[in-house]
Amino acid sequence: MPKDGGIGASTKRREDIRFLTGRGVYTDDLNLHGQTFAVFCRSTVAHGKIVSIDTSATEAMPGVLAVFTGEDFKDVGGNPAGWLINSRDGTPMREPKRPVLAHGKVRHVGDAYAAVVAETYAQAKDAAEQLAADTVIDELPAIVDMKAAVADPSNRVHDEIPDNLCFDWGWIEDNRAAVDEVFKSAPHVTTLELVNNRLVPNAMEPRASIGEYFPGTGDYKLTTTSQNPHLTRLLIAAFVMGIPENKLQVVAPDVGGGFGSKIYHYGEEAVVLAAAKKLKRPVRWTAERSESFLSDAHGRDHVTKIELACEKDGTFLAFRTETLANVGAYLSNFSTATPTFLHGTLMAGPYKVPKVYVNVKTVFTNTAPVDAYRGAGRPEATFSLERVIDKMCRELGLDQFEVRRKNFITPDMYPYTTPVGLVYDTGNYHATLDKALEMTDLAGFEARAAEAKSRGKLRGLGLSTWIEACGIAPSNLVGVLGSRVGLYDAATVRVNATGNISVMTGAHSHGQGHETVFAQIVAEKLGVDANSVEIVHGDTAKIPFGMGSYGSRSLAVCGSAIDRAMGKIIAKGKKIAAHMLEAAEGDIEFKDGTFSVAGTDKAKTFGEIAFSAYVPHNYPLETLEPGLEETAFYDPGNFTYPAGAYLCEVEVDPDTGKVQVVAFHCADDFGNIMNPLIVEGQVHGGVGQGIGQALCENTSYDENGQLTSASFMDYAMPRADDVPFYNVDYSCQTPCTHNPLGVKGCGEAGAIGSPPAVVNAVIDALHRGGYDHVTHIDMPVSPARVWAAMQKH
Amino acid sequence: MTKVTLTVNGRSMSGEAEGRTLLVSFLREELGLTGTHVGCDTSQCGACVVHVDGKAVKSCTVLAQDVNGASVTTIEGMANEDGSLGVVQQAFQDHHGLQCGFCTPGMVMSSAALLAENPKPTEAEIRHYLEGNICRCTGYHNIVKAVLAASGQDVSALGVAAE
Amino acid sequence: MYNFDFVKPATLDEAVAALGGEDAQPLSGGQTLLPSMKQRLNAPGVLISLTGIAALKGVKLEGRTLVIGAATPHAVVATEAASVYPALAALAGGIGDPAVRNRGTIGGSLANNDPSACYPAAALGSGATIVTNTREIAADDFFTGMFETALEQGEIITAVKFPVPEKAAYLKFQQPASRFALTGAYVAKYQDGVRVAITGASEGGVFRWTEAEEALNRSFTAEALNGLSLPAEGMMGDLHGTPAYRAHLCAVMTRRAVTAAG
Repeated sequence: MPKDGGIGASTKRREDIRFLTGRGVYTDDLNLHGQTFAVFCRSTVAHGKIVSIDTSATEAMPGVLAVFTGEDFKDVGGNPAGWLINSRDGTPMREPKRPVLAHGKVRHVGDAYAAVVAETYAQAKDAAEQLAADTVIDELPAIVDMKAAVADPSNRVHDEIPDNLCFDWGWIEDNRAAVDEVFKSAPHVTTLELVNNRLVPNAMEPRASIGEYFPGTGDYKLTTTSQNPHLTRLLIAAFVMGIPENKLQVVAPDVGGGFGSKIYHYGEEAVVLAAAKKLKRPVRWTAERSESFLSDAHGRDHVTKIELACEKDGTFLAFRTETLANVGAYLSNFSTATPTFLHGTLMAGPYKVPKVYVNVKTVFTNTAPVDAYRGAGRPEATFSLERVIDKMCRELGLDQFEVRRKNFITPDMYPYTTPVGLVYDTGNYHATLDKALEMTDLAGFEARAAEAKSRGKLRGLGLSTWIEACGIAPSNLVGVLGSRVGLYDAATVRVNATGNISVMTGAHSHGQGHETVFAQIVAEKLGVDANSVEIVHGDTAKIPFGMGSYGSRSLAVCGSAIDRAMGKIIAKGKKIAAHMLEAAEGDIEFKDGTFSVAGTDKAKTFGEIAFSAYVPHNYPLETLEPGLEETAFYDPGNFTYPAGAYLCEVEVDPDTGKVQVVAFHCADDFGNIMNPLIVEGQVHGGVGQGIGQALCENTSYDENGQLTSASFMDYAMPRADDVPFYNVDYSCQTPCTHNPLGVKGCGEAGAIGSPPAVVNAVIDALHRGGYDHVTHIDMPVSPARVWAAMQKH
Repeated sequence: MTKVTLTVNGRSMSGEAEGRTLLVSFLREELGLTGTHVGCDTSQCGACVVHVDGKAVKSCTVLAQDVNGASVTTIEGMANEDGSLGVVQQAFQDHHGLQCGFCTPGMVMSSAALLAENPKPTEAEIRHYLEGNICRCTGYHNIVKAVLAASGQDVSALGVAAE
Repeated sequence: MYNFDFVKPATLDEAVAALGGEDAQPLSGGQTLLPSMKQRLNAPGVLISLTGIAALKGVKLEGRTLVIGAATPHAVVATEAASVYPALAALAGGIGDPAVRNRGTIGGSLANNDPSACYPAAALGSGATIVTNTREIAADDFFTGMFETALEQGEIITAVKFPVPEKAAYLKFQQPASRFALTGAYVAKYQDGVRVAITGASEGGVFRWTEAEEALNRSFTAEALNGLSLPAEGMMGDLHGTPAYRAHLCAVMTRRAVTAAG
């Protein structure tokens, strides 16, 4: 057991104290002197031409201070996509401008075309209603269905894009012909068409932003619900508003969950800044949940045909997929990377499949933008693979466990280069599968199924063996792949004169517990009490730079940057110790917080070194600078590759079609573990969201582009009684080989691995109940869908 | 505007409310108690749960004037007198029953209401009782575990606890 | 929400007088009304809270009739009706969630007559009498369509009289998001016959399934319902279930309610 709250300890989260006592400070909790309130006018039609907006009556209403329309922002930049993807024929993707406020056309229900700022929220709300009444929008036919969008070139989301296609991407295009050849001669081919359902992220804290402008200095401040304030600043500065970065402070205080939806820069952030400058007063906006449903970036939304070519014994020969990926009405910041490099590159799974070809056509529709949501592309890849493998096993009558084992990459094969461009550094997929089976009590399953049957329920068991690439990196690779930015991260470790430590990290914690875990790592490495370490995040004025938290990157990338900065601190401390102890620098050892001269009892504590660093008297200033503060930038050498095996048991009520998850076992390999308590929590949360995707969550647009699941009354969020206790294990550890902590990341695992395990379990239950005509049910596997599938004899 | 006076966490507090002022807005904006959160506009998510005269209510669906004179307990009033975490709060920390913290005030208030009604609830009773509180982070495992622990039940089989 | 004037009378007479004013609406818990007002779908000029009227609260047994004050919260019914009319208490204890049950009232629910609400099924399934400030209305005459009742403008429900059956049960299949009834079946066996009320399913709101009642009058067993089904026509269809699915659930829930009633 680790001691003193260092690495590996299940340290209590320090941030919990403020959250549990109502003292957290989320954006909407701020109450600023002179604040004003913004309310946005949002399109009620999916597609329309803005004919006129008459602001005169609105401007005359009580309390109204300013009205903004798309016209006010037509000369500033657009909100860009972060990744440039080329089509198979080499042509670059189509990137329509995403304006701050819709201009000329509205392109989805919820598309903001105007904003009203008033003295009170109620006045702004009333005024926005007036402005909407004074706006004329000619409705155009809505483009909702992806297949229709591509097939009908006459109706366009963006006038300049004739077929509503952003790009037609092949991965790896050069392998296409060879893959096709495999399918022509394969002994068996299993084909599955499936939908990866669109999800509304629904972080419990709705988005909120407050803009401030300080006329005395010309400085701006944006307080916003962001997972990465530096990226938001960069986008506003370099692409949208042109505000110099040194004049713009972006602060993301306590943030109530993100799951991807708060990675991105949104137009509301630009509007509150522009309004604050115009009014010289703080301007605040907080989304109502109804607005969140319409305007947050959604997730997933793929329609995929996947084919598996194999031998009759289940040995994989090739995978081939064709996917339509919905990006919605505009490109959000990561929306082009998600269906491509976060999806196609994972299409080999943990398997030694020799050939893979992935085709993705990304389609504009009159729906809310779609972007990365917990897992981002990797859940889509995993779902397609694990569902088609399950179907193949049923078709050929093969044991699903043996088929996985037969095809797993084996531990002697690392580093392993996949046919879709990744190099897995390490792993042990047999070990996690064996562990999951041990946790499941496979031998007892038939008895459990019989007992369920005595209660009229059909019990089923579903497996998913998943892998992901996270800690997205390295910068040179992502640059080649089309990313407009490198994906390194930065940290500053500042040892204060009295020995306590401030760590400035580019990661942002919105539930992950960085304030606790990063302090554990610092305490362990520097041999100090964790309580003397403060983790500072979420403020561009305090932190050198950072790319924020998403893609399970915080520990692997930002944690490594902290580790590197600590290495510099220790090196500097040795110099100081050598000077103080009148020894050669090479003779100084650092252990457990003490600098000592090797082979002697001469030593200085960490605190003594720190104090000396700031109050030097006789330093050799040419070779030893005062101070003890180091900044490091860390660019990972590779992605990390967490992997695992998930087994789900469900019970299906054949009378109603209702599915209840009754057991869920997770055996994961996350490499080294920093805080087991937090790792378990991350897996629980991911699995909960995965069960939500698999069974409950249905984002539904009707043919007119109206969101029919636009509130918690119709969008089924998983509740406490929808899920079981999860059985979580992370003892199979193959530490990452290329980062200093040996960590892989655990934030997205549950959401990636669980949906196919749930759906496979439902199919298993139905087959066991005699409904073997059911080969697939699209998510969410709702009671109505299960019942309908059972009826089709 | 009408003057509304409440006993909040044992203290008499007053402020002005319109007819439409919701209890949650009154607490957050008029009394400055921002621990109670708003997570939806359809009375589903439960982030706003407080106790009014000892009963859990969704403060986003109660008019401030309708509870004029009532005794209200919010998350800010759940700690012990010495400032240490109360039993339910402490169990949530010990068992990692919160991540982003946004739903947490409502979860704690609902859990406390449950334990007041039912001091030793089963897992199923807890899950059912928390039906009106949505959490997006935890998958509910550690919330249910924390409530079991707060009621003095053994949770050692349900994963690690904080050291 | 648009603004309005709020009044909270202490007596029924004051409430009735206030309701005579222009744009006045009663508020009886508000667990449905307030969300609809937040969406600006409803904009009363004056809102009259009924929950301060002591005479409208409470659960009491009068002979074999359980009388529930209209402003009694679901949570109180769940507790206080449990020994006398357990099926009704269980239904009240399953509405919404605990916080909703502490505010929402029986009168508010019945007056709103949401097609997916639980209480209309209990009232119709029990052959209850809805008592107002001016008259008594039989449940069979009270529910006149989706969100529609026999109540006149300004008329206030004061109490609901439930004849206590020999046995009864309510089985609800929850809509996965809202947790309202996707379909709920209330079955009650009285000396003079069985009543079956279905909520959540029909475009016309709560209704009695007379064929099921006849079958159960012959034999109060789940098997007696074998072969009985309702047509999909006229059932609601939405994201959560087609009309055919709802029609199917009506039969499933009714069978289960009969079994549960014992």
